[in-house]
Amino acid sequence: MNSLADKTASELSELYKKNSCTQKEILDSLTQAIHSKDGKLNAYVKFEQTRPIHRKPPATKARHQNIGGQASADGDLRSPLWGVPIAIKDNICVEGQEASCASKILQNYIAPYNATVIEKLLDAGAVIFGRTNMDEFAFGSSCETSFYGPAKNPWDLARVPGGSSGGSAASVASRTAIAALGSDTGGSIRQPAALCGIVGLKPTYGRVSRYGLIAFASSLDQIGPMTRDVRDSALLLNVIAGYDPKDSTSADVPVPDYTSFLGQSIKGMKIGMPKEYFKEGLSKEVGEAIKSAVKKLEGLGAVVSEVSLPHTEHAVNVYYIVAPSEASSNLARFDGVRFGYRNKSAQTLKEMYEKSRGDGFGAEAKRRIILGTFALSSGYYDAYYLKAMKVRTKIKSDFDEAFKKVDVLLTPTAPSPAFKIGEKTEDPLQMYLSDIYTISANLAGVPAISIPCGFSKNNLPIGLQFLAKPFDEGTLFKVSHAFEQATEFHKQKPEEPSS
Amino acid sequence: MTPPPISNDSEAIGPPLADETGGGVSEFNLKHIASLARLHFEEKDLKVFESQVAGILKFVDELRKVNVDGVEPTSHPLPLTNVFREDEIKPSLNVEEFQKNSPQVRGRFFEVPKVIEDKS
Repeated sequence: MNSLADKTASELSELYKKNSCTQKEILDSLTQAIHSKDGKLNAYVKFEQTRPIHRKPPATKARHQNIGGQASADGDLRSPLWGVPIAIKDNICVEGQEASCASKILQNYIAPYNATVIEKLLDAGAVIFGRTNMDEFAFGSSCETSFYGPAKNPWDLARVPGGSSGGSAASVASRTAIAALGSDTGGSIRQPAALCGIVGLKPTYGRVSRYGLIAFASSLDQIGPMTRDVRDSALLLNVIAGYDPKDSTSADVPVPDYTSFLGQSIKGMKIGMPKEYFKEGLSKEVGEAIKSAVKKLEGLGAVVSEVSLPHTEHAVNVYYIVAPSEASSNLARFDGVRFGYRNKSAQTLKEMYEKSRGDGFGAEAKRRIILGTFALSSGYYDAYYLKAMKVRTKIKSDFDEAFKKVDVLLTPTAPSPAFKIGEKTEDPLQMYLSDIYTISANLAGVPAISIPCGFSKNNLPIGLQFLAKPFDEGTLFKVSHAFEQATEFHKQKPEEPSS
Repeated sequence: MTPPPISNDSEAIGPPLADETGGGVSEFNLKHIASLARLHFEEKDLKVFESQVAGILKFVDELRKVNVDGVEPTSHPLPLTNVFREDEIKPSLNVEEFQKNSPQVRGRFFEVPKVIEDKS
């Protein structure tokens, strides 16, 4: 039997329209699902202490029309997200709620304001519902660096859900959330989406305001939707996208109605497969799933060809200079003075900084702060940071060239299905390589989506990634929706976690 | 381009001397960088972190092979320059509310250990 927690956002919207369910019934159904499953999944952070937030949406008819709004049974014009509960990653600020980034250093930090994405969701009538587990400060690909302990993959509790938005992915996949927001700096939305069998979109850099997202790497971070199908992804992007004067890096580019791209034919669409993504390191099962996906897309009329992104092999190297450099700078603010944890035994100011940070940050955060500080330090800046920024230019030009030939690129999202908890924790480099296919999109700033495309023989989900030109999320939705409608992968759901 | 090696002297100020051998990251000195980053490590953890970070640096050092002559650096994916806003007074966060997150305040100030006695 399907409970209300099994519904997608668009299905809930239909039920509301017909007056066949109430907001309370939906929240109760989700709460019940969380009580029964989250003890094992650990996808939520302090769920019991986090109250749902909903406010009466302003009567801005025009706006709701723009985002596909429709009249409810009582005649009100409502956004399609009205009454839909959305789970929020623990690094996005919700006024009055703890925003800890799953770190000891931000324990008990209460956000004094709403992130712009939260304001937009509340204005659309959505319900802010629970905070999801993540790698500490989004540093990780497995959700294992969380101060709250790892979240688990609902398809196999001995495996990671991916990361860093692992809690968001696990909750959406396990039907303990309808949809969630994540953040993606090098694959943190797409890789967990792939490992948990859901849809994860990293929008174009600048498409969504970062105001109120606790910064990891400011030139790479983007907030994006994590949903059970492509339609919900488009519905959420409709609401959260757009220019924000509070984020001077957000782009003043018009936001189309992304649902208008759904249901369109992909006949004649040019899809490029970058040959560099299909070399050693890709597991056989993922490779085969991609191969059958290509056949399916060709069957739908797409024209698939090989392309080249020659600097792909350097992406991880560039990323692990650029991202830690920006992180070490962003994390300098956590010094035990204005907010967060302070070591009370320190006698001097310098000792107070050092011990507060030493006690407050976990191992991976420390590694990245050290890496970044080194790459930016006097005498090494040119050899590391400046060099990385120049290679970043080459990676970006690769995409510019490729998009002259094709409409969209197709790659695997992750090199393998979900790995075991503990498998890569001792070897940071191995962990870094799980983002090998997702990192380039952040470096180049292009949008990318991961959608389900198969299952391994152990019944673990496999994801494929589409990448498009900057601000061309519409094409991503078009091709993803066409593939999704022709397949059944997104309809599979994990069994109840057994004890 | 060959990055210079790191000095072994944790008290070193400014860039270490260049090393003709270009040995580089094998001499990565964690204590010095940790001090720059204001990050305390327990003695027992130093070795593990040092070898892990040195390993990662060795990995990213692959970039030395890439020719970037004449290539402009990309610091940001969007071609943004200065972004200005109107000079208007707007309500800002309430000070008392914001101070609730601080570990130690006195009046409208954040309180820290005495700075003038800090020898470093």
